[in-house]
Amino acid sequence: MSVQVITGNHAAGYALSAAGEANRTSRGTACGIYPITPQTEIVEYVAKFPFSKGRVVPVESEHSAMAVTIGASIAGARAFTASSSNGLAYMTENIMVAGYYRLPIVMVGVNRTLGPPWNIWADQGDTLMLRDFPWLQLYCEDSQEVLDTTLLAFRLAEDHRILLPALTCMDAFIVSHTQTETTMPDQADVDRYLPDLDLPHRMRYDEARTIGGLAWPHEGLSMRLEIDEAMKRVPDVYQECRQRFSEVFGRDPGDVIQTFGTEDATQILIVTGTMATTAREVVRERRAAGEKIGLVKIKMFRPFPEGALREACATAERVAVLDRNYAAGTGGVFWQDTRAAFQGHRDDLLIQNYLTGLCGEDVTPAVIGDILEDLSERDAAGEPVWMGIDTTKETLQ
Amino acid sequence: MNATAPLAHDDKCLLRPGNTNCGGCGMSVGLTMLGRALDKAEDSCSLVIPACCGIVTAGAYPTTSYGVPTIASTFASSPAVASGYASIRDLNNEPGQVICWAGDGGTYDIGLATLSAAAERNENIIYICYDNEIYGNTGGQRSSATPAGARTTTTPTGKVEGKKDIMSIMAAHAIPYAATLSMAHPEDFAEKLATALSMTGMRFLLIHSPCPTGWKSEPEDSIELVRIAVASGLFPVYEVFDGARYRISIKPDGTDPAEYFHRQRRFADDEIDLDETRRVCAERMRRLEVLARSFH
Ligand SMILES: Cc1ncc(C[n+]2csc(CCOP(=O)(O)OP(=O)(O)O)c2C)c(N)n1
Ligand code: SF4
Ligand SMILES: [Mg+2]
Repeated sequence: MSVQVITGNHAAGYALSAAGEANRTSRGTACGIYPITPQTEIVEYVAKFPFSKGRVVPVESEHSAMAVTIGASIAGARAFTASSSNGLAYMTENIMVAGYYRLPIVMVGVNRTLGPPWNIWADQGDTLMLRDFPWLQLYCEDSQEVLDTTLLAFRLAEDHRILLPALTCMDAFIVSHTQTETTMPDQADVDRYLPDLDLPHRMRYDEARTIGGLAWPHEGLSMRLEIDEAMKRVPDVYQECRQRFSEVFGRDPGDVIQTFGTEDATQILIVTGTMATTAREVVRERRAAGEKIGLVKIKMFRPFPEGALREACATAERVAVLDRNYAAGTGGVFWQDTRAAFQGHRDDLLIQNYLTGLCGEDVTPAVIGDILEDLSERDAAGEPVWMGIDTTKETLQ
Repeated sequence: MNATAPLAHDDKCLLRPGNTNCGGCGMSVGLTMLGRALDKAEDSCSLVIPACCGIVTAGAYPTTSYGVPTIASTFASSPAVASGYASIRDLNNEPGQVICWAGDGGTYDIGLATLSAAAERNENIIYICYDNEIYGNTGGQRSSATPAGARTTTTPTGKVEGKKDIMSIMAAHAIPYAATLSMAHPEDFAEKLATALSMTGMRFLLIHSPCPTGWKSEPEDSIELVRIAVASGLFPVYEVFDGARYRISIKPDGTDPAEYFHRQRRFADDEIDLDETRRVCAERMRRLEVLARSFH
């Protein structure tokens, strides 16, 4: 174990490589890689890693990067890749296949604005557009969380009760290119944490069966239902993986939601990713001044931690959901799921959406202050509020 | 798990009886020949099949017409899925070929970049395109393998553009082996499969694959049609080693191509420019002969 000051991309590359290397005593590892700003350093890290039993295939597109990864995974290897933004959009068809094939692939997604217009800065719309696929999604705040969560994602995805791919996400540049102090695990500990991958349905070269051919509606339906059952097991299995992580590495990789000051809060901010770092400081100050404000950071987006979220907001009268993404014509994606989580449980709860940090805008303490001010003045929720833009003006110039 | 339960079936032949291929389908012949070549070489294979008639051949879950491990890939992805799968085979020193079995749509059109990349990396796989010159699975649309004059549902008055020369493209990648195969010449067909099986690295095989449904031809004419295609020079049968050494396997015998068009209702007799066709065929053969001579 050593402490280093590294970027989120470095942390992701380290975790992916160490996880792949840990499978050297089994069927090894392979992946397809393709660069895109701001993910590039991850695949460069992986390409340089001296795998004992592995192959990194530098392909011609993200679509093929995932296809190579799928082929390796079907053959029973530990397989992973990374992408971002338009790369994820281009890869989408095969991302879906990895999920429906129940392959425990781990992918790191660096959240970057989807273009056009061309924009390389943070926005979570890219990974969130994949929300309806059978993938677990975990959002991270700093390099340490990226490293820990990526390792945990392998154990969770590969658990025989789950067998679903997992996506670890981080905000472009704010995490991917920002160096923070990070405790790096030794390979021996990663080996202990990630036992040899045993994929029960891997294709064996001497076994005549076909996967992915035609299935009649009732067969397809039962496969979907099995995915739903696996998704429902995730919260419990996550806690086991988290516990084991603490035992092996002596660190808590973090719960599916993380709270601060929620125990008595009447107003709660619900945030993800790096917005949590800023919001936590604002909440800390406000609480010191006697305000009953709390913070919920959603780490796991798929499956959505509905129960934990309801529990965390038990004392709340109003919540503000901050979305660094925009689902056209509706509002923020986290807001939609939050509303659904409370419907029929807490119909009295005021749930207001704030679209902030879109297309790489900064979410500053002042922005969070404005949100809290707006929230406290409300007696009913309204349309999503676009922060940083005066939407009453006829033209936005 | 339902999606992945192994099948209790010990029928090891590559293409099992009872599959859903149309009568007279070239795929049935090609897959049977492939199975025999593997048996003869005491080799085995896994198939990676993109969206195409070839994956419909498998039939519906949980049954399958393929007696070998078979993975369905997305339309554009078979060479990439095969690359990952073969990598793990090689890392674990396991036997058996990894063979992509793909249509012309997956090869000439949507999957061309993926195929080119796998060729450039010289992946240790065999890529077989059964070229029926049409999108069969979706009901008969044009592909860039469809020849000029052919009517498809998306070229209702006959295709204007000619057929893409995929062999030149693949040969330009300087892969260890690229060859065209005609089921009208089974010995040559079998020999080329044997050659491909005996090599490593990227091997590309192009099969002219009759499709009575798409060609609007009689099932019993299938072999005769591809025979005329070879004899008239419409479908040159040759092989290329390392993108450099060309060998013409079957020389055209001067048969006129008219009959080829006449027997398929996808072509309208009066719309085919036979003189131009003869000129194109002769020119192509001349070019191949020059290549075969200079590199032998
Ligand atoms: C991305 C994508 N686009 C379109 C399709 C629909 N589709 C399935 S098979 C096919 C045509 C296949 O043609 P070809 O490769 O020539 O094989 P054939 O059906 O002739 O055997 C198409 C367009 C698809 N499955 N995936
Ligand atoms: S449509 Fe053509 S290629 Fe497809 S199964 Fe029928 S004959 Fe064969
Ligand atoms: Mg076709």
